[in-house]
Amino acid sequence: MSVIVFAEIDGDHYKKSSLEAIGYGKKLANNLNVSCIAVSFANLSSSAELGLYGADKVVQLNNSAAFASDQGADLFSKACSQLGATVVIVSNTYTGKSLAPRVAIALNASLVTNVISEVDLSNGFTVKRGVFSGKAFAYTTLTKDVKVIALTPNSFDLSKDGAVVAVDSLEVSGDNSKITIERTEKASGKIPLTEAEIVVSAGRGMKGPENWNMIEELAGLMGAATACSKPVSDMGWRPHSEHVGQTGITIKPNLYVAIGISGAIQHLAGVSSSKTIVAINKDPEAPFFKAADYGIVGDAFEILPKLIQALKN
Amino acid sequence: MKILVCMSVVPDTTTKITFTDQNTAFNAQGVQFIVNPYDELAITRGLELAEANNGTVTVVHVGLADSEASIRKALSMGVHEAIRIDASPIDAQFVAEQIAPIASGYDLILTGRESIDYNGGAVCGLLGALLNIPSINVVTKIDFAGGVFSFERDIDGGREMLSCAGPVVASAQKDLCEPRIPNMRGIMAARTKPLQVLAATDVQTASKYISYENPVAKSGVKLIDASNAEQLIHILKNEVKVI
Ligand SMILES: Cc1cc2nc3c(=O)[nH]c(=O)nc-3n(C[C@H](O)[C@H](O)[C@H](O)COP(=O)(O)OP(=O)(O)OC[C@H]3O[C@@H](n4cnc5c(N)ncnc54)[C@H](O)[C@@H]3O)c2cc1C
Ligand SMILES: Nc1ncnc2c1ncn2[C@@H]1O[C@H](COP(=O)(O)O)[C@@H](O)[C@H]1O
Repeated sequence: MSVIVFAEIDGDHYKKSSLEAIGYGKKLANNLNVSCIAVSFANLSSSAELGLYGADKVVQLNNSAAFASDQGADLFSKACSQLGATVVIVSNTYTGKSLAPRVAIALNASLVTNVISEVDLSNGFTVKRGVFSGKAFAYTTLTKDVKVIALTPNSFDLSKDGAVVAVDSLEVSGDNSKITIERTEKASGKIPLTEAEIVVSAGRGMKGPENWNMIEELAGLMGAATACSKPVSDMGWRPHSEHVGQTGITIKPNLYVAIGISGAIQHLAGVSSSKTIVAINKDPEAPFFKAADYGIVGDAFEILPKLIQALKN
Repeated sequence: MKILVCMSVVPDTTTKITFTDQNTAFNAQGVQFIVNPYDELAITRGLELAEANNGTVTVVHVGLADSEASIRKALSMGVHEAIRIDASPIDAQFVAEQIAPIASGYDLILTGRESIDYNGGAVCGLLGALLNIPSINVVTKIDFAGGVFSFERDIDGGREMLSCAGPVVASAQKDLCEPRIPNMRGIMAARTKPLQVLAATDVQTASKYISYENPVAKSGVKLIDASNAEQLIHILKNEVKVI
């Protein structure tokens, strides 16, 4: 029996969200008295280091064919069965979310996504998850024998007190994918929004797309990803993938800086779980100030250069 | 071309979410329900594809009779027929298992990227696995040519272009299209379009919601004077220690 964690890569390294998942998996494995195995499709030299974050063992799948959801889920599910999975953990990334439901069906497991708490084993198998796009949380008990859990990134601290471990390989095979991946475009060097620890976000108060150079600069200096309000992406000032809120992406960074965003309920829904929130708005009555930890009332066009300068110093 | 769109009905986005019965149930009192915004996109793109390929669009909803106004809205957008599976949805797995038995025979099945109430983002993949067909998440483009569907989808930090023959299930992400607004003729026609009600199938449930809570409110904002904006960086560095 084991807790299996899907170790996902981004280019040449494992994603931080996967390292969080491994730490989470290790704690759960300890409570269940089983081992925590990280399973990876990638052949990275750093695989053994997953042990530092809590993996008792790393298993490398021999089949690293183009990773389409159907085939990837099939091969990963087979590995989970062979390794005696009782719990399977992924992160709520786009890849994790396309995998998890298919794995749940293959393993006849209970599925839960958006998980932000450790598992409470005192009364069944209960976790806390985000619902209503950030407006609430729910406690749900998973009732099938096997469980598939998708964790919200940035919800769990990394621990790095383990040791380097052995990397085994495992043969898995299955049907080819029915999906053809024609092309992939990746914005290089950009931090994916859902996994970013710091997010700098701006709204209609920025007046036009030409003013985003200031936002980009501030974000660059902070090591932040950029985001925006819905109207900003609706008007095409920014790509839709930056739209956060109830009908956009729900995020949970350590720091969210909102510039020229009013703080409508639909916007706040997607960002209010951020640990620290800063609002910059020229209107002292802007609703965002009620949801913020720090605020500056003033004109963004005067404040941003000051912040940029302060960061450069 | 036969298209099936899975539709959920959710609280209007302006709703303040509260709970009753000692936080064990959603408080629906005074709440206005709407078609899930992502599902409106799925319906609209489904209609566009059907119109271009001599096809039909069927909407399926798992829910109780009080959702019928939203189902009629889908019909008024131009959907040809609707099916309601008469059960209160328990979780995404329950929904997918209710829909799977009626979902064979369609070339394209669409869902929303997620429902804005339970945010599972799961029904697309669950249906794909149950029907043993490919599932493609968070698509921002769907086209059809030469018997093959092509998709563009969001991936972490970028996008991916894919192609796949039907049957296939895909989930609609913003940017797929502009949601269609029903016109008067559509609203009139919707009144007489077929809405079939099916009994739910018996399935083993996978989870149980036991309680809910709202986020803890922030304790109050600390204002920094605009003339002294640099102070913010100092605080973030030395007090909050996030940068
Ligand atoms: C169904 C539905 C779903 C929605 N989903 C979302 C969602 O997911 N995400 C989302 O963001 N919105 C969503 N909205 C829209 C939401 O209701 C608001 O309209 C939107 O968030 C407002 O965006 P904004 O704050 O950028 O613009 P505005 O409301 O126009 O606010 C601009 C702000 O900038 C300030 N400002 C102006 N100039 C300056 C300056 N020079 N310096 C500093 N501040 C300045 C103003 O005081 C104002 O507060 C949704 C709406 C609906 C109906
Ligand atoms: N009760 C339901 N009836 C029909 N389709 C649903 C229902 N709930 C969810 N869906 C579909 O599944 C998608 C994703 O829902 P979820 O997995 O709950 O986030 C929605 O956008 C709908 O297309």
